[in-house]
Amino acid sequence: MGQWPALVHETCFDGSNMDNRSIWNGSLAVGKRTIAVKLFAAVEDDAVHFHMLHASDKERVKQHMVNPVTGEVREPDEIHKGYEVERGKFVLLSDAELAKLEPPPSRVIEVESFLPVTEIEPVWYERPYYLGPVGKDADYFALARVLGERQRVGLAHWVMRKRAYSGALRAHGDYLTLSTLHSEAEVVAAPKVAPSARAADAKELAMAEQLVQALAGEFDPDAFRDEHRERVLELIAAKAKGKSVKLPPRARKRAAKPLGVALEQSLKQLAKHPQNDRERRSA
Amino acid sequence: MPERNATRTDGPRAFWSGLLSFGLVSIPVELVPAHTGGGSVLRMLDADGTPLARRYYCSSDEQEVSPDELIRGYELENGKVVVVTDEELEALAPKKSREIDLRLFVERDTIDPLYFERSYFLAPGKDSGKAYRLLAMVMERSGRAGIASFVMRDREYLVAIFAEAGLLRAQTLRFAGEVRSSAGIGLPKPVKLAPKQIETLCRSVKAMESKRWSHSGLTGGHDAIRELAEAKFKRKKDVVVSGESTAESGAQIIDLMEVLKKSLAESGLSAKRAKSRTASTARTTAKKSRKPRAARG
Repeated sequence: MGQWPALVHETCFDGSNMDNRSIWNGSLAVGKRTIAVKLFAAVEDDAVHFHMLHASDKERVKQHMVNPVTGEVREPDEIHKGYEVERGKFVLLSDAELAKLEPPPSRVIEVESFLPVTEIEPVWYERPYYLGPVGKDADYFALARVLGERQRVGLAHWVMRKRAYSGALRAHGDYLTLSTLHSEAEVVAAPKVAPSARAADAKELAMAEQLVQALAGEFDPDAFRDEHRERVLELIAAKAKGKSVKLPPRARKRAAKPLGVALEQSLKQLAKHPQNDRERRSA
Repeated sequence: MPERNATRTDGPRAFWSGLLSFGLVSIPVELVPAHTGGGSVLRMLDADGTPLARRYYCSSDEQEVSPDELIRGYELENGKVVVVTDEELEALAPKKSREIDLRLFVERDTIDPLYFERSYFLAPGKDSGKAYRLLAMVMERSGRAGIASFVMRDREYLVAIFAEAGLLRAQTLRFAGEVRSSAGIGLPKPVKLAPKQIETLCRSVKAMESKRWSHSGLTGGHDAIRELAEAKFKRKKDVVVSGESTAESGAQIIDLMEVLKKSLAESGLSAKRAKSRTASTARTTAKKSRKPRAARG
């Protein structure tokens, strides 16, 4: 691995506390209309959690912040916060200064505009929440209906837990979801790919298109299981019983075929053994 | 892990490298995060401005533990600890640890964003330019995303691969079990709607519709911090100059844009210099991006 993570993480405010209580209450402002809403976590953490141990004695490790030059450990209250303006040049910011930057508290999710759903690309989406209605609010369900039918996403802004958020408001069946969006500074711009000097081989292109068509299907999230997680838990159970685990030999690399040949053989193979959906998904 | 030797420090690198398979076509690719660290933009410093480094200490003898001496342990309910090695985890899924095998192509826009987890670029590996370009072109034209699952470090990922402006992107997706349902939360049952109620809302929505949006409106909580820091820097207030940069303190800064450009150049697809963004905004720390699930939550 080489790189290890921090032991402590920015705690996510919805945590893994999965009861059915809302984590935030407020209202959704759409033009002059306001709709009371409750925010619920949409994601559940079912990860297998490991601890980091010291290899020689299998004891848990702790982390400290250390001055790498002097080797001195710094306690949390001795740590200064700085923003690196230029390489190696930091501006110190005090807690009081940082507190002043917090946005004024608000309970309103302000919708700025409604866009075609495809307009906000996947890279912007950060973390999803359900927005639940308060009581039998017709406006809430009418909004979900309209967004679903018109295939629109609302671009929204709000303040929650002392932080300003931007988000995408969408319909999910009869209900509304609100995903936080990454800020522009967090998203890495794509480098431009230089246009090809020569056109793609027409035959190869046609074969590749045929192959995509042959493998076309619908996305069904329920068709995929995190099998690895199950295997990790089985491995742990086996090792807990004292069983030793045999490691299979490493596979050898296959020789690469020329692109045209590989495409042709792929299509032939598919024609001979068309895969049904089940095979495809469990593979 | 496929790229166990990837801890070299001579410049930027990818975070997972392996094969993207499509029929019998295999394309060497590298996963590069499409997001910067995401955590705090503030660095932890000593009083003299030296960036602090995170170090590990054994809880029994208080001795410092180097990253090479760290292993993974899973705590059983009875308090016993089972040690699991990287090799054992990789051996659970040797093929999936080095290959993203596209066997299903779905319409890109039909994937609900509730499933979106993290975004990566799928950069072409060395000399893979031709096949990469072909797949990117075909996928972009078809509007489809290839779906596959693969194993990266100690976790299996469901992933959607799609093309955008000649580049392949990978969006990791949550498994169905990780996404709660509206029924599971216990949201109230929908009410019957009168046509008039829908019409009224429809008018409100239509009045606010627009075709395009601007990313620059997306202000994270960090923008205000950056502005304050830059203003103080101009006034030369509270500036500390350190011989050390965060790069030397263990939290290696990686310029993701450079990683991508290098990868494109080596694959035969040269990248033009992107102008919209400076390198400093498109970087992250190696540590943050490589967090395994171990310490999450």
